[in-house]
Amino acid sequence: MSDVFIQGIVVFILAAFVGFEVIAKVPRTLHTPLMSGANAISGITIVGAIIAAAVGTGWVAAVLGFFAVALAMINVVGGFLVTNRMLEMFKKVPSKR
Amino acid sequence: MVELAYLTAGVLFIVGLKGLTSPKTATRGIRIAAVGMLVAMIVVTFDLLGLDAKFAWGVVIAGVVVGGAIGAVLAIRVQMTDMPQLVAAFNGFGGGASALVAAATVVGANAVLLTETAVVTSLSLAIGTVTLTGSFVAFGKLQGIISGRQVFIPGGAVTNGVIAAGIVAASAVGVFADSSMAYWVALGLAAVLGVTTVLVVGGADMPVVISLLNSFSGIAAAMAGFIIGNQALIVGGALVGAAGMILTIEMATAMNRSIPSILFAQFGGGASAEDIGTKPVNRATADDAAIALAYAERVIIVPGYGLAVAQAQHAVKDLANALEERGIEVTYAIHPVAGRMPGHMNVLLAEADISYDLLLDLEQANPKFAQTDVVLVIGANDVVNPSAKTDPTSPIYGMPILNVDEAKTTIVVKRSLSPGFAGIDNPLFYEDTTLMFFGDAKQALEDALAAINQL
Repeated sequence: MSDVFIQGIVVFILAAFVGFEVIAKVPRTLHTPLMSGANAISGITIVGAIIAAAVGTGWVAAVLGFFAVALAMINVVGGFLVTNRMLEMFKKVPSKR
Repeated sequence: MVELAYLTAGVLFIVGLKGLTSPKTATRGIRIAAVGMLVAMIVVTFDLLGLDAKFAWGVVIAGVVVGGAIGAVLAIRVQMTDMPQLVAAFNGFGGGASALVAAATVVGANAVLLTETAVVTSLSLAIGTVTLTGSFVAFGKLQGIISGRQVFIPGGAVTNGVIAAGIVAASAVGVFADSSMAYWVALGLAAVLGVTTVLVVGGADMPVVISLLNSFSGIAAAMAGFIIGNQALIVGGALVGAAGMILTIEMATAMNRSIPSILFAQFGGGASAEDIGTKPVNRATADDAAIALAYAERVIIVPGYGLAVAQAQHAVKDLANALEERGIEVTYAIHPVAGRMPGHMNVLLAEADISYDLLLDLEQANPKFAQTDVVLVIGANDVVNPSAKTDPTSPIYGMPILNVDEAKTTIVVKRSLSPGFAGIDNPLFYEDTTLMFFGDAKQALEDALAAINQL
């Protein structure tokens, strides 16, 4: 196995542990925004999609690349916007009478 | 330098998620995560521009514009009641994008892939595709396009096991014999597996399925990260995988069920059909409900999926305002699996400007019911079903429930006596202290409010 690959495994395991620690502290009230925020972050596959679309040659690669970029971009833009929209609702705490 | 920039993006995701640990810092957190995404996208663009090669930028730009526009429209126009569907669709898109990156790797490979690259390619392909098709079945069920009830496939778990074994076998051939045809067979089988697995899951188990697919979309992204050797994808994917897994476990715990039993086991149907609807109940009118509520001191509102279906969140708020003006203490008890996704009720109540301090968890709410005058159950059923505590033969026996039957009076707002998604009769409805207020949740709450204002 290449060094880059092993390094990747290390990063993956560490990130998973950090993720478990941090996300376990997210309160239940924010679990829906957490999920849509996770949708947005899973859109990071846009980086792989952009590379695949850019380097691809031939129409099959172009179709695959286009759909990869478009689907990932739906998640990035849609995920962040809708999460932000939801969290704005949680921000406004109505004044107690 | 480029490596460092990608790692920075990954760190920004972690910092952003840390912000989500409190409603006060959450908005800032998600924006920090968005900056991380922007960093990653800028870095990949300049990295490619720096290479002396001809790239298909037209394809990239077209994808970004089309995908961005669709995403923006979906995010701005979605109703909060439809969030489970949107998240299900996003899970599918994320998984699909990662599967496509893997597919492009198979198509674009002009030499034999390194074994490790081939392995992660097959994983990204299979997991991404299962996520894609599984999510669209979940979307269809939530949207009501596909029946929300369980559909039984011939052979059940055995069939799914055979398909899964087929995916592993085809992937192995793809990896070790360098056969692109084998990859496409694996992809096809994965597409089938996503459908057959989610099809058998009943509507009440949707929170678990959505969470699990959320996790899968992250794992697929991380595998895509291994394909291209990119740390931003690996970190981002691992985080999403972890988030989805935590939610999956929490949802399954809240229903006292194991994840395999949700995905593979038969569930529901405790009460015989003739049992339901023949026993006497206390029917309440809007006036009865109004009198009970208006002369209470403490009221706890228990929202369920029926509230979301009826879009009744604002009607709840109006009713609560009227009660608070009379000096009545109003809080809300939220079961972890109320609704069709984790935290869904909280978002709906937040949309109606109900402060999150007033929302009680299961553990916070249960000690309070005994000192509560009126519990108003709106469109919830299984999460307040006492047979989870009393009837060992019930399919939901052992599931932690909200003990609303301990309150002096319970008012249940419900369309009819028909059982919930689980198909289980609810003894709560026949209790002496329970008033059944039949009707659409929104209409019922508006009628009750009008009646309170006339008192």
